[in-house]
Amino acid sequence: MIKFFKVKSFKDFHDHYLFWVKIFFLSLVIFGLIISLFISPADYLQGDTVRIMYVHVPSSWLALQIFAVMGVCGFITLIFKTRVFTLIAKSIAPIGFTFALISLFTGSIWGQPTWGTFWTWDARLTSMLVLVIFYIVYIILWKIISKHSLAEKLTSITSLIGLANLPIIKFSVDWWHTLHQPATIKLTESSTIHPSMLTPLIIMFLAFLSFSIIIFLIRFKLESLNLKINSNK
Amino acid sequence: MNNKVKNRLYIFLVTSITVLILGRFVYVSLKKNTVYFFSPTELRYQTEIPNGLIRIGGMVKKDSLIKRKGNQYSFIITDFKNEILVNYNGIKPNLFTEGQGAVVEGKLNTRTNLVASKILAKHDENYMPKEVADALKKSGDWKKKYGK
Repeated sequence: MIKFFKVKSFKDFHDHYLFWVKIFFLSLVIFGLIISLFISPADYLQGDTVRIMYVHVPSSWLALQIFAVMGVCGFITLIFKTRVFTLIAKSIAPIGFTFALISLFTGSIWGQPTWGTFWTWDARLTSMLVLVIFYIVYIILWKIISKHSLAEKLTSITSLIGLANLPIIKFSVDWWHTLHQPATIKLTESSTIHPSMLTPLIIMFLAFLSFSIIIFLIRFKLESLNLKINSNK
Repeated sequence: MNNKVKNRLYIFLVTSITVLILGRFVYVSLKKNTVYFFSPTELRYQTEIPNGLIRIGGMVKKDSLIKRKGNQYSFIITDFKNEILVNYNGIKPNLFTEGQGAVVEGKLNTRTNLVASKILAKHDENYMPKEVADALKKSGDWKKKYGK
């Protein structure tokens, strides 16, 4: 397992399989968009507005999951000083940032017709905004600190602190009164969504996930080459 | 594991435990101050009536929504224990109907009467096609499953 986490293995994966991941992504996203926009039924209460969910929910999930991966990578970087995890975290940060922005943006255009407001300071929305700020701080730290070893340390600490925000986002809807509704898809109980609407949601999630993998592979190769150039200087 | 790694692991563990304890304090104090909305029951047990803008959340009681002239509405927000009569002048969101959750923002006249300046519709975590909802309502399983 540890052997797999080498710079070379990711680069090899990029060189050999990137094309197939792209094909996989394209077929999923086309298929997913067709079912989510045309085939899946409208909601009994919200009507067609519910289709925003098929973009909003996968992006929110990925924004959280990517930050979780960054936090774990930050932990390993700080304790075990293995460079490859720094590179992983650095390459996926902009992806998670983009998904967090998409989540906020689609959430606000979903909120207007259903709740009657674009934005409100309830716990879920506020904690999600905090996540976006953590992403911004993380990315900016990489940009402004030119010394790699220092940047590595500070960004890892940032991602570890940000990790504390994730359970707050996840459970904000249970801990506080929020305008945002509680989770629909639960790990322990049965989900409160009809299968005909769950299917496009899962497919769109897989599509977004494979998109993240594409961008990650490209960015990882780029970052590892950058590191090599800078350390040879 | 060499000694350096062990040291770093210890430092990490000590800091994270400290942060967790601090976080617990922050959480407890935040919980008191970050109330997005009150339920009618919570409002009832407030010692004094809040003066400024306040948000109250609950269900819009069945058969309580009355449309007066123009855009004036009055309805009752309930949490099935206590009720608050709300007067509102303005446009209501699409999902705002009887039997659905809502959050109203406004000023209290008396302990049980609120003049709202803003209505926000809450929706629940249940998603299903219209046919399924109709079938559930018809067969009576709706109440069992969703309790309203």
